[in-house]
Formats: sequence, C-alpha cells, structure tokens
Amino acid sequence: MAAPATTTGTTAHGGAAPAHGGSFPPFQGDTFASQLLWLAITFGFLYWLSAKVIVPRLGTILEDRANKIGNDLDEAAAMKAKAEEAGQAYEKSLAEARAKSQAIAQETRETVNADSAARRKTVEADLAAKLADAEAKIVATKTEAMSHVEAIAADAAGAIVSHLTGTAPAPADTAKAVKTALGG
Amino acid sequence: MASPIEQFEIKPIVSLGKIGASEIAFTNSALFMVAAVAVIALLFVYGTRNRSLVPGRLQALAEMGYEFVASTVKDSAGHDGMKFVPLVFSLFMFVLVCNLLGMIPGAFTVTSHLVVTAALAAIVILTVIIYGIAKHGAHFFGLFVPSGVHPLMLIILVPIEVISFVSRPISLSVRLFANLLAGHIALKIFAGFVATLIFAGGWIILSPLPLLLTIAIIALEFLVAVLQAYVFAVLTCIYLHDALHPGH
Repeated sequence: MAAPATTTGTTAHGGAAPAHGGSFPPFQGDTFASQLLWLAITFGFLYWLSAKVIVPRLGTILEDRANKIGNDLDEAAAMKAKAEEAGQAYEKSLAEARAKSQAIAQETRETVNADSAARRKTVEADLAAKLADAEAKIVATKTEAMSHVEAIAADAAGAIVSHLTGTAPAPADTAKAVKTALGG
Repeated sequence: MASPIEQFEIKPIVSLGKIGASEIAFTNSALFMVAAVAVIALLFVYGTRNRSLVPGRLQALAEMGYEFVASTVKDSAGHDGMKFVPLVFSLFMFVLVCNLLGMIPGAFTVTSHLVVTAALAAIVILTVIIYGIAKHGAHFFGLFVPSGVHPLMLIILVPIEVISFVSRPISLSVRLFANLLAGHIALKIFAGFVATLIFAGGWIILSPLPLLLTIAIIALEFLVAVLQAYVFAVLTCIYLHDALHPGH
C-alpha cells in the first residue's frame, strides 16, 4: 500500500512541474486514443496467437511427452514381466530336468537291485538244492553203513561164539541175536 | 538534468492523423507494445517450432512459461478454468515482457501508463462479468450475497461486496501502473543524484552512495517487474474463479 501512496505524491509533484511537455504524461488524455488503439491491435494479435498457436502447441508438446514417457514406462514394465516369465520358465525346466534325472537314477537303481536280487535267489536256490542233495547222499551212505554194521556184528558175534564154544552157531540165530542186542 | 517524468512522455514516431483532439500515431509506446508481442512470439512460436520431445533452450523456457501459467490457472480457477489459459497467458506475458523491456535503459515502459493497465483490467473484469452472466444468469449475482448470513446483515454486507467487486479493476490497474511508475521515477531520481554529485565539486566523494542505491533499486525493480506480472495473472485467475463458481 506504500507504493500507490508514493505515486500519488509523485503524481502531484509531476503535475506541479509542467516545465517538460505540459502535464504529467500518464494523465495526458490526448494520448489515450492512440495508446488504446495500439494496445487493442497488439494485445488482440497476442491473444489470437496464444489461443490459436501457442497454447495448443505447447499443450500438445507436453501431452505428447507425458504420453511418450507413460508408454515407455509401460513398455519397460512389460519387458520386465517378460524377463521374469522367462526366468521362471528356466527355473521350471531346470526343476523338471532335475526331477527327470532323479527318476532315471532311481529307476536304474531299482532295476539293478531287482536284477541282483533275482540272481542271488537263483544262486541260493542252486546252493540249497546242492546242499539237500549232499545231505541225502550222506543219509544214504549212513543208512547203508548202518545196515552193514549189523551183518558185521553178526559175523563178529558168530566168530566169537565159535571161538568160545567151538561150534559155529547158525548165521540166522546170530543175526537175530545181534538185532535184539542192537535194540532192533 | 532531465525531469524524472520525461521517460513517460509519449512521442509520436509516425503520425497517422487526428480524431478530434487526439492524435493517432505510431508512438514510442506502440513501438514497445509491438516489441513485446514480437519477443513473446519469438520465444513461444519460433522457440517451439520443432515441437521437440527433448526441448532445446528456447523451448524449455517457453514450456516453463506455459506450464507456470497453466498451473496458476488450474490452482486458482480450478480445472474448468483451463479455457481461460490463453487469456491469462496473454495478460501475464504481455505485462511481464512490457515490464522487463521497460528495464532496458532508455526504453519506454508501456505498463507505466494508467490507460494501458486500466484497459487490461477492463478486459479481465468484462470477461468475468460477461462469462459469469452468460453461464450462470442471475445466479451470478449470488457473488454479492454471502450465504449463511442473517438477512439484516445483508443490508450491510451486499453493498460491501459490491464495492469490493467494483474496486477490483481499479486496484488491479492502479497496482501495476503505480508500481512501475514509482519504481522508474525512484530509479531516475537516484541515478540523477549520482550525476549531480559528480558535478558538485567536493561532493563527488558522496556520489558512490546513490550509485549503490541505484543498483539496489534496479534489482528491486526487476523483482517488481516479475512480481507485478505474477500478481496481475493470479488476481485474474481468482476473479475468473468467481465467474466460474459464483456464490461463497
């Protein structure tokens, strides 16, 4: 509010000193028409220029830039998503491959195990058969030997009896006696 | 020593005849109005001719100016005030460039004449009144009737509101005119002191003092030149807000 007060003061001062060009220039009414005419021409042209050229053009420039930046950001986001997708696909295929290799290893192990188990079974069966065979043979031999024992004992008993008594007993009697003695 | 008000004299360059007592001429004032429009056109039309995505120096300056006006309009007058951007832009740039051209030594300051600032203020107020009535009809006059007030109070308040509305164009024009006029006169007087002291014998020792003051006033005047253009534009936006949204 100091400025208008100052001006009024200066205005009065200017008006009181009409030595240079009459009254105070801003209040010389005969210049108003000319000033208003040129103001109308220049400001009118400026307004036309602003409304038709400057404001639409700058608005377009700024809008285009905002759109371009927005599009670029969207594109970058899409690319990032794509890269992430590719990363996930890679991880997935890697996991798949790992699972597959593990499955193959497992399968191989199982086949090998089954194979060796089968082989072991045949070998064992073979061995068991051989063992049984041998055992049977032993039993047969033992039985045979045992059957000879009786005859030998009868012979020996006969010989002993003939030595002691001087008469040879009937072989049938010795055999019978031996059999009884042996608990047969 | 020239008078401090000599710089405001309107001098015809080419006379174009007379209407009554008024001489119609291409004057120094007209020359600077044309120069201001030429500077604005150079910056905003030539500067943006490439419509570059990445702006050059002139285009960056033009964009700054436009964005400043557009954001001022949006903040003060609202989003539906954007149709007034060309008007506010023209007013702000015209006042700003005229003020700044006036800071060139020896140049004429168009905005130091009340008739020019009054005409610019009249453009604003007539726009407000015509647009307000065209858009809102009688409702526009609700501007003068504060809502939620006792009817008896309105007897006092309505005349106050009317006076405040009528004083708007006056304050708008006088503020700009007075600031520019007073600043240029002060500048001329203090600069004149320097010359006077230099030719006043022993007083020459004191001459640096008004010189320093002159330098300070020049800085202040640049601030005033920009600030007054800004104030003019902001007040225009606030008045346009009333035209768009009458009623308190």
